[in-house]
Amino acid sequence: MTDALDITWRLLAVFVAFLLLPLIVGQAEHKVMAHMQGRLGPMSAGGFHGWAQLVADGVKFAQKEDIVPAGADRRVFRIAPAVALLPYLLVLVAIPVGPGDAVGRPLDAGLFYVLAMMGVGVLGSLMGGWASANKYSLLGGVRTAAQLLAYELPMLLSAASVAMAAGTVSLVGILDGFQWWWVPWQIAGALVFFTAGLAELHRPPFDMPVADSEIIFGAYTEYTGLRFALFLLAEYAGIVVLCALTAVLFLGGWHGPVGSGWFWTLLKTALLAFVVIWLRVSFPRLREDQLQKFAWTVLVPLALAQIALTGVVKVVVS
Amino acid sequence: MTATGPVPLATELLSAGAHAAGAQAPTAGANAMRTHAVTLAAEAGGRGFLSPTGVEIAFLLVGLVTLGAAIVTVTTRQLVHAALWLVVALGGLAVEYLLLTAEFIAWVQVLIYVGSVVVLLLFGLMLTKAPIGRSPDADSGNRPAALAVAVTAAVTLVWVVVDAFRTTWIDLDEAGRGSTAATGRMLFQHWVLPFEALSLLLLSALVGAIVLARRDGNGTRGRDGGRGRDDGGNADRDSGRDGVTEEQR
Repeated sequence: MTDALDITWRLLAVFVAFLLLPLIVGQAEHKVMAHMQGRLGPMSAGGFHGWAQLVADGVKFAQKEDIVPAGADRRVFRIAPAVALLPYLLVLVAIPVGPGDAVGRPLDAGLFYVLAMMGVGVLGSLMGGWASANKYSLLGGVRTAAQLLAYELPMLLSAASVAMAAGTVSLVGILDGFQWWWVPWQIAGALVFFTAGLAELHRPPFDMPVADSEIIFGAYTEYTGLRFALFLLAEYAGIVVLCALTAVLFLGGWHGPVGSGWFWTLLKTALLAFVVIWLRVSFPRLREDQLQKFAWTVLVPLALAQIALTGVVKVVVS
Repeated sequence: MTATGPVPLATELLSAGAHAAGAQAPTAGANAMRTHAVTLAAEAGGRGFLSPTGVEIAFLLVGLVTLGAAIVTVTTRQLVHAALWLVVALGGLAVEYLLLTAEFIAWVQVLIYVGSVVVLLLFGLMLTKAPIGRSPDADSGNRPAALAVAVTAAVTLVWVVVDAFRTTWIDLDEAGRGSTAATGRMLFQHWVLPFEALSLLLLSALVGAIVLARRDGNGTRGRDGGRGRDDGGNADRDSGRDGVTEEQR
């Protein structure tokens, strides 16, 4: 009975984090972008600096009519947003936030689990892009797939480097074995992982698949109302997951320079999310061929070099 | 064993645990493991299909779903739906691995097959021809031959697996049976040769893909233009480089 209670409590906590953190990142994006561009951003909703802007947005989305285009494949079109969003909820379950058992569910092969689920999320964009019966959407879908295929490899390779360093693929185990000098040791892998993750989420400067000024949001062109909001939520949940994972794998998660605890995980995640927003404001969009070239000629070799370095250091140290 | 392909191979890895660990492990726990294996073998007579446990029932149900999704995959006339049903079938397989406590293999199944292979399939479909609705011309007319190959392969696989592990029972409650550590140890101690053979297979597939995709000097596809020519590797490599620069302009 206490087991069931324990599990319920944990799942509830994960669910609340899943609902809350993406909204906070979204609100931060509004405000940070605004201040970086010399404007104020949302100020009215909720009174204090527009804190309720996204709540208002949510209400607006829920009121809008949910339209399925006449030529669309209705069933696939309807379930695509769920396929895009749910994997990120499942990923959050496995990410440890603090020492001990402060994790939704410790998994023996947690690293593979999170990477597998993040890959599944992209299926949602593909399904939406194809089922919309719209040329822009189809282009977006094709670009999404091409981008995933290019960036999945460096992401896996850099994650494999951490697994080699820690000698385990369990996220909890990786954090338990963490030493501060892993940060400089794995820094190239961290950069590759973070960049490839950004590309997988279609965040600027890797937002060719959703490029709003040329293919009008790609796979999401035909979506309206709540279903569109779900896709947006998936993007922000993806940011949270990517930043938390980068913090856990490469920056030591709950280990901090002073003390240790869940606070450090949250702080590192928040800092990385800030970097994600910062990149959006400061970089122009890469062209499709530049995207592919960057993945295959820079990230993959860099990840392979990181693996070689990890192997050498591992042998020398032991 | 290599002939059985990657999917049953994984199942074998699992089931072979009792043999390998019991017969060869030189550790302190070996004796315990051996007696355990013997008990397992003795108990096997007492177990039957008439007293199924919850896991067995779940295994059977998920298996039925997987089978159904697989059948829809090959019978549906909507190409993209076939790819999406394949996701269900492959996901069902992953759940089966989970039920057998092979967590690592289950996640790798999702990562490789759902996350990469199906995405590649969809990518190919979208690039070529993926109409919404039925595609009557999607039938290649090879139905009888395909059915024959599929049935032969299925019978062979089922027969090999059943014959090899007829009396082997997996104790699912035993901790760490399908863990990453156990799987890794077994893979690189007892199954290195099939592993390496598979990597050779993948390498040859990669080389084949490059040969098919390469262009010759006239800018036509390597598959068509390269058929009549056989003038050595150097010429091909040079022309291939030209093809790349053409593309970049």
